[in-house]
Amino acid sequence: MTAIVEVKHLKKYFHTPSGVLHAVDDVSFSIQKGRTMGIVGESGCGKSTLGRTIVHLLDSTSGEIFFDGENITQVKGRKRKLVRENMQIIFQDPFSSLNPRLTVKQTISEPLILSKRFRKSEIDAEARRIMEVVGLAERLEGSYPHELDGGRRQRVGIGRALALNPRFVVCDEPVSALDVSVQAQILNLIKELQRELGVAFLFITHDLSVVKHISHDICVMYLGQLVETSPSDELFDKPLHPYTKALLSAIPSTDIHHKRERILLKGEVLSPIDPKPGCRFAARCEYACDLCAKEQVLEEVLPNHFVSCCRVREINALEES
Amino acid sequence: MNRKNRPFVTTFRRLCRNKMAVIGMCISIFLVLVAVFAPLLMPYPYDQSDFAATFAKPSSAHLFGTDDLGRDILSRLIYGARYSLQIGIISVAGAMVGGILLGSIAGYFGGWVDDVTMRFLDIIQAVPGMVLSIAVSAVLGPGFGNCILALTIGMIPSFSRMMRASILNVRKMEYLEAATSINCNHLRIILRHVLPNALSPLIVQATMSVATAILIAASLSFIGLGVQPPEPEWGAMLSAGRGYFRDYPHLVWFPGITIMVAVLSLNMFGDGLRDALDPKLKD
Repeated sequence: MTAIVEVKHLKKYFHTPSGVLHAVDDVSFSIQKGRTMGIVGESGCGKSTLGRTIVHLLDSTSGEIFFDGENITQVKGRKRKLVRENMQIIFQDPFSSLNPRLTVKQTISEPLILSKRFRKSEIDAEARRIMEVVGLAERLEGSYPHELDGGRRQRVGIGRALALNPRFVVCDEPVSALDVSVQAQILNLIKELQRELGVAFLFITHDLSVVKHISHDICVMYLGQLVETSPSDELFDKPLHPYTKALLSAIPSTDIHHKRERILLKGEVLSPIDPKPGCRFAARCEYACDLCAKEQVLEEVLPNHFVSCCRVREINALEES
Repeated sequence: MNRKNRPFVTTFRRLCRNKMAVIGMCISIFLVLVAVFAPLLMPYPYDQSDFAATFAKPSSAHLFGTDDLGRDILSRLIYGARYSLQIGIISVAGAMVGGILLGSIAGYFGGWVDDVTMRFLDIIQAVPGMVLSIAVSAVLGPGFGNCILALTIGMIPSFSRMMRASILNVRKMEYLEAATSINCNHLRIILRHVLPNALSPLIVQATMSVATAILIAASLSFIGLGVQPPEPEWGAMLSAGRGYFRDYPHLVWFPGITIMVAVLSLNMFGDGLRDALDPKLKD
């Protein structure tokens, strides 16, 4: 299998009056063609910044981004245009991601017009086809966003992103602003589209049940860094990093007979502004020791299962590989 | 249904539901028509003096009476609508163009561009609008064109500021990021995504500003810096009549009432327009 998107040592820093904010700090991973990579983490850990940096809505500070084997970190001009046609993004808030003065059809047609791939006469039919693909009734084509419910708006956003058949789409918490019943519809739509069109997704969310439902692989982020990445099932079965364990233990359970032990984290999230070297989770970790003050590296502890923790083997009683 | 005209039609329909706005709109349109057809409507030429009938009280011959030179006040008010409305509309249009340009540049690009533009506007705005208009008229000399220029310069900062604030509001919307990601260039983003969503407060401000401009123009004429006396600008008429106010109040009453009605109707219209243009209130 080949990677459609590969990120190497990606960094995105913001300069703020109180110091340099390390929103994304040395993140590396790759996404295979037609698969979904979930990114989980709490608010403010840099998930959205990561997604926006990959699709070039933000310029990266350093590191490299590869698309289909090609380094696209610094592309400009026409190349960048092509890259953007192949990499799209679906936004969290369907209220603010649609221009209130454009109708459904106008919104969906816009990428078609800008790509210049279609003749004027073809655009209408193509927009209707896309509406059908994302499950929007034809009668809605003249509606304005405020006339639609949240689920339909999100379908419009998905339609706009998929209009040009991109091969990779970043979903930035696409369901967290929706009702639970509608969430399932949208998630199923995304899965279905992946099956039909073979799109690869980077699925950003803080909702673990959602990420379990949709992702093949999962990255867990904490304060701008990856702490653990592995195939989805394995991560839920066998979390290795102390932060992942705590995160997973917070999922509400429907099983009342086997009461799971909740791991309650003490303390506050450190500030992402000018963080000290070493494990950023150490201040809240029950296993923290002197070694944690050193720079941590993401290492393959089990096959395809990477963890960034110097005591991971000790904690989980694993053999040295 | 014709989809293309729909935003305009809905706005108009919603405007019509507001009685005050309709009254304001009707009076405003009536005033514009009066100004356009002034030569046909005037019972007498506006500059014809009848020295046998100076200071005549309102009567069937002179509905609003005559002034100190025996000129028919109604005719002068009708013809004066041309000056007052032109001053109001042209100066506001000018200020709007300037404001949209400066405001969009400052708001959209931000950073040092924003700083430089806004500090420059701060300098202009530090001087009270009335004083600025007086200063400009005084430097350029009194007259119709200079009066418009003075008003335009005085109003540009408030329009720019409003435009900038409105654009900052739109700027944080995700549909701009979405537009970037589907390869819109800056110009297209500004014209198609930013301006249509940022303009409605400005349109409202514009209708209100026409009223203010008419008032300031009247004030300028009143102190002798605006339109010059033989021409029947409303403020100039007010100014000319003030010496005779005790004995012949109708010289001041009628121009005063006309200014008030014009300003009030424009404000009512502007208020209604603001409500009608808010897309979130759409039925």
